[in-house]
Amino acid sequence: MNGIPMEHGLMLAAILFTLGLAGLMLRRSMLFVLMSLEIMLNATGLAFIVGSTAWNQPDGQAMFLLVITLAAAEASVGLALMIQLYQRFHSLKLDNVSRMRG
Amino acid sequence: MTATTVISCLLPLASTVTLAFAGERMGPRASTLIGVGSVGLAALATAWTLLTYSGASQGVTLWTWVAVDDFQPTIGLTVNRLSLLMMAIITGVGFLIHLFAAWYMAGEVGITRFYAWMNLFVFSMLILVLADNLLLLFLGWEGVGLCSYGLIGYYYQHEANNWAAFKAFIVTRIGDVFLALGMFLIFVKLGTLDIGQVLDQAPQVWAEGSATANIAALLILGGALGKSAQVPLHTWLPDAMAGPTPVSALIHAATMVTAGVYLIARLNGLFLLAPDVLLLVGVIGAVSLLLAAFAALAQTDIKRVLAYSTMSQIGYMFVALGVGAFDAAIFHLTTHAFFKALLFLSAGSVIISCHHEQEMGRLGGLWRKLPVAYAGFIVGGAALVALPLISAGFFSKDEILWQAMAADQIGLLLAGLLGAVLTGLYTVRLILGIFHGEPGSDHARQPEPGRNPVTHHLPLIVLAALSTFLGAWLYSGLGELFPPAPGENSETSHTLLQVLATGAVVAGLALAGWLFVMRRQWLHSVAGKGAGARCWALLNRAWGFDALFKWGLVRPWQWLVRGLRFDFINRGMNLLALIARAGNAGLVRTQNGRMRTYACVMVLGVTVILISLVLTSGGGT
Repeated sequence: MNGIPMEHGLMLAAILFTLGLAGLMLRRSMLFVLMSLEIMLNATGLAFIVGSTAWNQPDGQAMFLLVITLAAAEASVGLALMIQLYQRFHSLKLDNVSRMRG
Repeated sequence: MTATTVISCLLPLASTVTLAFAGERMGPRASTLIGVGSVGLAALATAWTLLTYSGASQGVTLWTWVAVDDFQPTIGLTVNRLSLLMMAIITGVGFLIHLFAAWYMAGEVGITRFYAWMNLFVFSMLILVLADNLLLLFLGWEGVGLCSYGLIGYYYQHEANNWAAFKAFIVTRIGDVFLALGMFLIFVKLGTLDIGQVLDQAPQVWAEGSATANIAALLILGGALGKSAQVPLHTWLPDAMAGPTPVSALIHAATMVTAGVYLIARLNGLFLLAPDVLLLVGVIGAVSLLLAAFAALAQTDIKRVLAYSTMSQIGYMFVALGVGAFDAAIFHLTTHAFFKALLFLSAGSVIISCHHEQEMGRLGGLWRKLPVAYAGFIVGGAALVALPLISAGFFSKDEILWQAMAADQIGLLLAGLLGAVLTGLYTVRLILGIFHGEPGSDHARQPEPGRNPVTHHLPLIVLAALSTFLGAWLYSGLGELFPPAPGENSETSHTLLQVLATGAVVAGLALAGWLFVMRRQWLHSVAGKGAGARCWALLNRAWGFDALFKWGLVRPWQWLVRGLRFDFINRGMNLLALIARAGNAGLVRTQNGRMRTYACVMVLGVTVILISLVLTSGGGT
């Protein structure tokens, strides 16, 4: 594992995060929005792992456990919301569910 | 005696209330009967009061109106020779005019409304002349103004009539404000509004010619000018002719417009304390009488000619007041009420007979077909020009001129004599224009003369009799009520003045005969073009006072109002509101409920924060 330089790992994390962010902003379906969120969370988790490995600190590993827990909680809430959304509107398109007139 | 006084006041009021509540449910016959009958009974009650009058001044207090500490005006009536004389004119001449109105208004819509207003007017006018304190007098004063408004606008379907009514109401209101201020000043300085007490206390509190006395007299004069249509508050009277002719006869000739003369005569003690203001009264009277007499020369509407002649005759009364001859002013007021009511009713007879035609150019040649109206115009016109010895107007006008001469007011005397010449001119022009020459329209070719002996002939005949020397004999003088007039112990020759006045009248008539009969064509050609036409236009518009007020007062006011409406401070305030609205509109767009927009905005915000952090920390790590 030490053969990979830290910069590469961080670069991968940044690319993943940007991909997730782009998906969050561009995707219309809520399913993909949730998946983009997962990708962004995992990208941050990857950044922690890379950092802790490079500097030999265990704190980053502990932070990764927290991120996974957070991601699981977020996924359950997000999926529950998605089921509600589908039952109410029979659609997963986020743009369609706005009822504001602004 | 006091009971009959109160009854003559209350009868017209009761009739007004009845007519007002009955409204149009009451038929025209019943309305006419109640309207005319109530004033007739009031006239009878007044006649009874006159017969039983002992000659002493009496008061009757009905009840206290307001009681606040020292301020305790009452509903109280004063009966003295002056108020009885005014009562007799109001109910007597008023009854004849009401009777004539029964003929004049037959077939019009809204008869009930007409009589309700007319009776309310009689009531208000009686309150005005009988009131024993200034506050009650002011109630009557405003009441007659209101009735005048209601009756000028009687034919309310025509817009112009409503404007005329507004004009009369507003212009007289300007005078009324002055009168109210004068009342306030009197109450503050003298502590009472009772006219008797005011006249008693004024000489003790104010020295003759003191500034406060002058101001009080000036303010009251302002009220009198508005009501009596004297320069400069005179512009409403000619337009007030929009009302029915009996209204013009009663309100705008015989009674209401003379209220100013009555007021000054009633408060004579106050004006004697302000000799300068009293002289001003005379000067305003002289100016008004000349301006109005010139304007009357160039009118084509017969009622407007009579309106200007009314202003001119009231000018004579003001001249008499100005030289301190209060008795002469009231004398002329009395005879003027007779002959001007006669002239207006005769004009009304002509107007109805010719199917509402009142332009002089469209009348003419009527003397054989309308003999009663013609006789009315001849007798009334003779009294108006003050034909010597046989007319009522001669005795009263002669008295005024003599008093002016005895008071050494040569300017006022000359104005009066010139006015007499002009009166002869416009009167002859009026009578020739209506009754002689060729008829100007089909209406004048086939007139329908009034035939009713009671409602048409009787009022004209009685008023005609009163306009001759008989009317002058009826006036017995007011005795001790007024301070001695300048002519009382004067050595000035009365005969000389009578010769002068007669000369002026004869000169006026001769000039009129020469101009309007012999040189008719020449006059037409002169007035038709060039300087003559401009002169005619100026006189026709009565010296352009209307335009003066329009451009001097009304328009600047409108400009000011318009400027204030768009003023810059207001603009600044509106700018704040505009900014708030624009910000609101912008921010509302961000709350559109779309997740993706929110996410984008959040990313943008985070990016901006990060960039700014990087820039400010300068990449120090």
